Amino acid sequence: MASHSESIIREPLITGKNITYAQITNEVLAPVENKPNMAWWIGFVLSVIGASIWLFSISWTFWYGIGEWGLNKTVGWAWDITGFVWWVGIGHAGTLISAVLLIFRQNWRNSINRSAEAMTIFAVICAATYIFGHMGRVWLAYWTLPLPNQFGSLWVNWNSALMMDVFAISTYFSVSLVFWYTGLLPDIASIRDRATGLRRRIYSIMSFGWTGSVKTWQRFETVSLILAGISTPLVLSVHTIVSFDFATSLEPGWHTTIFPPYFVAGAIFSGFAMVQTLLLIARKVLGLENYITMFHIESMNKIILLTGSVVGVAYITEFFIAWYSGVEYEQYAFINRSTGPYWWAYWSMMTCNVITPQLFWFKKIRINIPLSWILSIIVNIGMWFERFVIIVTSLHRDFLPSSWVMFYPTWTDVGIFVGSIGFFFVMFLLFLRVLPSVAMAEVKLLVKTSSEQAKKKLIDEGHLDPTHVDDYVKALEKYDSVDLTQYHKA
Amino acid sequence: MSSTKFILGCFEDPDLMMDGITKLQKNSIPIYDVYTPMPIHGIEAKLGVKESRLGYAAFCFGCLGATVVFSIVYYTLVHDWPMNIGGKPHFAMPDFVPFTFEWTILFTAFGMVATFFAATHLFPGRAPRVMDLRATDDRFVIAVDAKGNIPHDDITRLLEEAGAVEVKHNKRKYVSYDE
Repeated sequence: MASHSESIIREPLITGKNITYAQITNEVLAPVENKPNMAWWIGFVLSVIGASIWLFSISWTFWYGIGEWGLNKTVGWAWDITGFVWWVGIGHAGTLISAVLLIFRQNWRNSINRSAEAMTIFAVICAATYIFGHMGRVWLAYWTLPLPNQFGSLWVNWNSALMMDVFAISTYFSVSLVFWYTGLLPDIASIRDRATGLRRRIYSIMSFGWTGSVKTWQRFETVSLILAGISTPLVLSVHTIVSFDFATSLEPGWHTTIFPPYFVAGAIFSGFAMVQTLLLIARKVLGLENYITMFHIESMNKIILLTGSVVGVAYITEFFIAWYSGVEYEQYAFINRSTGPYWWAYWSMMTCNVITPQLFWFKKIRINIPLSWILSIIVNIGMWFERFVIIVTSLHRDFLPSSWVMFYPTWTDVGIFVGSIGFFFVMFLLFLRVLPSVAMAEVKLLVKTSSEQAKKKLIDEGHLDPTHVDDYVKALEKYDSVDLTQYHKA
Repeated sequence: MSSTKFILGCFEDPDLMMDGITKLQKNSIPIYDVYTPMPIHGIEAKLGVKESRLGYAAFCFGCLGATVVFSIVYYTLVHDWPMNIGGKPHFAMPDFVPFTFEWTILFTAFGMVATFFAATHLFPGRAPRVMDLRATDDRFVIAVDAKGNIPHDDITRLLEEAGAVEVKHNKRKYVSYDE
């Protein structure tokens, strides 16, 4: 059956009184069907400025070559790969929310999966710009494909982790896109059937002629489940392979077997932080407090706490193993990381990723929106430093002390990084305007089971254990979108 | 002769719509299709819709992807131009694993979704075969073919008894998107 009552001891996933299916459509589509407000325009103009900086810096790079970056003979990878790994990591949360939480039947994913997946796609696009950027001669990008080399019959080197990266990132991007767009079809059809004129025509093409018939929905659900099933190992493989870029080298500080799980945990960590950064603002500006509730915010903060701690354990393990290995180069790489000229980067990473997220042990902080937002930004900063530390501190002092150098970014490096954030937000803000930011069809599924009103009805019917009801009402106290007076007057 | 082509029972509530299906089935009135804004669990069993076979398609595409990329890597690295990389064996299978894995996923995803779109006739520009515009918003619509199912008033009454908020007698099958 379409609905069965969910236990009262579970917290509601949608709040508000008398929510109807039509109301969900209206509220979610409000930003798509109306003119943007001032907040959107301010954000958009700032992002466009950022994106222009990106466009200028990347064009400069392509015109003059990567000699315009701060790279030198010793440090051959720096902000480019840092930015690449940072963006790919951010992308991971979207797939985690849409795929892993679907397999585990975590219904709280329903209201955040759409925007998180969009974030994934835009973050991977940003990551891809670094891949193409760091090639220098971008017009030769096709050399990464398994085509016979035109100067002989030599093929690509399949033993290289960089080749694995090409396959992993391209598969990840295209599968995420397919997953996201298939999920969008029913919601695009909703926009289509409410629109008129040219808008209807455009959304009609984009909806692929979706009808919502029984067979369509049945196949849709099968497809979603299988896509979730294959995306789960896929997302784990992507950051594993990204970590191979380092782990398969013989560079002290990189050559460690802990890298794959450590990178994956870090990716989920930074991804959830970015989801938090975006959604805490979006729920306010778009008025989605009833769908993205305090339960969602707290759950994500718990995941940030867990993955942050996993990352912390990984940092300490890495240090321990460097000492325990007895390899002096390995030991030096780590001592230099924490006490050498880049000590400030290392300790920024340690503070932002390991120490401050521990504040989420306190419930008061987990449910505090401004603090959660600030901490999510701190995590993003910390994760950028993590990649910078791994890449630059391992390289800058190699086996020959005569070639020891420092890395100094040029304006082009900074422009590409800062600009890519602007580029990301341009894409995200446009997405909020033209496509529904919440998966309406999936949220509608929750109305009769996991919503506050369905549970209120159960309470009013009065066949429940009073201690359960008390626990439930107590759990509601943290919600900023619930009017508690209706529960207390009885 | 009535000009009604389709009778649509529009429900506000998915549970009431399920009651409507039961009532029509008890009276041996065949249901053409049901259009809903969200997936309804258990409706396929009730309407006797066969299980989707997309899982088999997905599996086959996955096997195809694995075979294709493994063959490419084998041909280039082992057969066509064996490269001496540090004296290591040419046929270094562990190195093949990431590629084989990625393309298994890639082919599964694209093959299955393409099969889904083809089987369901979904493609960009397809004219939507929609009977009621609110079926993608807040109405759960049971469609009954008017031809042969008479008297229409009995069907209307059954749907209304089940709790339909509106019963439409449509003169054309699909909504026109050209107006």
